[in-house]
Amino acid sequence: MATAEQIQTVPEEQIQAQMAERTDLIPIFIMGKRYDVPSTLTIQKAFEFAGYQLIRGCGCRGGICGACATVYRMPGSPKIHVGLACQTVVQPNMYLAMVPFFPANRAAYQLEEIKPDVKTLLKYYPELAKCMGCNTCTKSCPMDLPVMEYISAALRGDIEKVAELSFPCVMCGICTSRCPAELSQYNIGMLCRRLTGRYIWPKAVHLQEMVAKIQSGRYQEPLKKLMTADLQTLRKLYVEREMEPHAAEEMWTPQEKQYL
Amino acid sequence: MGYTPELIELIKKVEKTRPERVERKKASLEFPALTLDERQARLEKYHPDYRPGGLRELKVGPSKGYALALEFADILESRSRVDPDKIDLNEVHYETDVLVIGGGGAGTAAALIAQEQGASVIICTKLRHGDANTMMAEGGIQAATKGWKDSPYYHYLDVMGGGHFENDPELVNTMVSEAPKVIAWLESLGCMFGKTDDGTLFTLHGAGTCRKRMHYAGDMTGAEIMRTIRDEARNRVKDIGVLEFSPAIELLTDGKGRCSGAVLYNLETEEYFIVKAKSVVMATGGSGRLHVQGFMTTNHYGATGDGVVMGYRLGVGVRFLHATQYHPTGAVFPEQAEGLLITEKVRGAGANIVNIDGEQFVFEREPRDIESASIIRECTTVGKGIPVPGQPGKFGVWLDSPMIDLLEGEGVVEKEFPAKFILYKRYGIDISKVPMLVYPTLHYQNGGLAYKPDGSTPVPGFYVAGEVGGGVHGANRLMGNSLLDIMVFGRLAGEAAGKFAKERDAVGELSVDHVRRFHKELEEVGIGKERVSPVVLPDYGNPDVKKRQWTTTYVGTLR
Repeated sequence: MATAEQIQTVPEEQIQAQMAERTDLIPIFIMGKRYDVPSTLTIQKAFEFAGYQLIRGCGCRGGICGACATVYRMPGSPKIHVGLACQTVVQPNMYLAMVPFFPANRAAYQLEEIKPDVKTLLKYYPELAKCMGCNTCTKSCPMDLPVMEYISAALRGDIEKVAELSFPCVMCGICTSRCPAELSQYNIGMLCRRLTGRYIWPKAVHLQEMVAKIQSGRYQEPLKKLMTADLQTLRKLYVEREMEPHAAEEMWTPQEKQYL
Repeated sequence: MGYTPELIELIKKVEKTRPERVERKKASLEFPALTLDERQARLEKYHPDYRPGGLRELKVGPSKGYALALEFADILESRSRVDPDKIDLNEVHYETDVLVIGGGGAGTAAALIAQEQGASVIICTKLRHGDANTMMAEGGIQAATKGWKDSPYYHYLDVMGGGHFENDPELVNTMVSEAPKVIAWLESLGCMFGKTDDGTLFTLHGAGTCRKRMHYAGDMTGAEIMRTIRDEARNRVKDIGVLEFSPAIELLTDGKGRCSGAVLYNLETEEYFIVKAKSVVMATGGSGRLHVQGFMTTNHYGATGDGVVMGYRLGVGVRFLHATQYHPTGAVFPEQAEGLLITEKVRGAGANIVNIDGEQFVFEREPRDIESASIIRECTTVGKGIPVPGQPGKFGVWLDSPMIDLLEGEGVVEKEFPAKFILYKRYGIDISKVPMLVYPTLHYQNGGLAYKPDGSTPVPGFYVAGEVGGGVHGANRLMGNSLLDIMVFGRLAGEAAGKFAKERDAVGELSVDHVRRFHKELEEVGIGKERVSPVVLPDYGNPDVKKRQWTTTYVGTLR
């Protein structure tokens, strides 16, 4: 049985008593409402334990898709914490809300027609210039990325640096929700990564060569031979195929060259 | 947090054998791989697919008589979520040339290429655009791009060997021949594959590969591909519309056997919508959330096998669906990370798999089914698994990630596996210093709907791409071939569907007669109304809460 005094946080002693009494339930406050949940659960599983069937705010359940951005506070502290609900373990008395969607500015552009420079960034995201360096974005990143640092790099036109620093971004949007200058940091990062991949990093020459070789029909006959081979032949070819050693140098070449 | 004192003690045994194992690796002295015959014996004895009572023959539909995992047989032998007589086909809510069902990698690639054929496209997707297993694929994408040591010929051999030579040769030929083109396409879209200063792409080994041809972007290869092609789709917003939180639950025909759209369900408002389309690409992905044999899964929340159900009712047969892939290395500790995928790239980079005594018992780059079966063997018959703290009866083995820094240099683990490094750090575990505790986890649907290299099926206007389809991987997919599969066949299906739509006359009357016929078949074999599918979302509800939901009606797992 529980009392209706649910809006209050629960004293430390009582939590200890409660954990001793019934497995390991602890109180958390989902959007201000108290639920008692097992202490080992992630916030995401705690929602489900509490009775929610998640539609919004649940994706990969593995910390990479950014669907379950969550903000929370602990009692007696003004600090806003952030985390991904699928990755963050519940704590007693946490006050939390998921932010499954936050409106963000996103420019549409033609990648093949733009240049990898600061003018492009300011054209599509003029608000970039409004960054006041408050660092709230960095403090609110659940992936611990140096968000403000990559925004500074963007302002300098160092697009490759933006790409590198923003690479592990899961595009959850918390930075955007907290930014007083109304930037969409993660969309700026996305644009810079695509510019880097297409224009700044050199093209793979060997890749173009292989595509040309395939288009010339070089492998049609050898592949046809494999496609029509009987099982015994195929097994033999498979077993006898030459293995590139783990420690081999990049330019290692096999003995058999007729199918290259 | 971090490892328990018991585990810290056991890790010392791993540390003790590590220097010698690193030296052997440096000298390319690998643990002996199993022969083909030994592989078969190990599978039959230890792989979950071979467990007695795990499969059941289908009683209805185009693949009647084919034995599948019970969980899969159940959803194929189920009724539609909606009574076909209640579906109002007169009011069409959306009309498009190409409808793509599924907003993951295959679907998005299909949408882009269909649009390039001049088609208008709608993508409908269960969750958000990009919420898919694609996003979670970590290790890489295979392609023979290095002509001095590799070619599609060797890629073909690897794929066939991994799939136990049962794969569809036409599909494999297409996949390995298209692979380098796909990498070039992604490069032109700005996808950041790792490369050297002169542009040479980084490549690694994967399990079952004879050449290093795994291209990667950190340990977020799938995420990088997904967000890049999604971004491109968003740039083409005028021609590619996206309906989120709107899974398809049934296909539509024109009554003359041509696929002509789908019924969508808005998860938020609980309305149904009719989409009329000249062609349909089914790209709903896999089914890990069915939890076959009760296994934990690495899969996305929405991976419930919906596309197979819809396609099967439409009359498209399935193949290789009896074969479920268990990824050898899913996290089992800490509990919060249970089931999470630890990419095979960790083993590709040199990390051994070792038992409680720090001994190797399997070559770490066996094909996935062999590797998984070997780990299950070590934890059961051999009895040298590591007990998982707090979970009596559960065991794992060590994945010795610190070897990578010793082999490749300090900091490589953090640089090459940023996502997993951060994740474990949150739990107080530094994977560049201590190994990870892992066990096989449900990972991939090897089979699915039968299709041709251009994605076409016996039903005109109905195309299949990606994990929902079956054939290219045979009974066991190799690492790095799923991202490749979805890109190759997503593009080809998009092209074919786009062309089909351009050539097709206006779609006439819509029909769900195929659903009525399927229901009749179910009734004839005595299958009642108790089961509905597609599943749409897994049921992780709290039974205590459900008991108190006095006025709630559930249809399947949904309210």
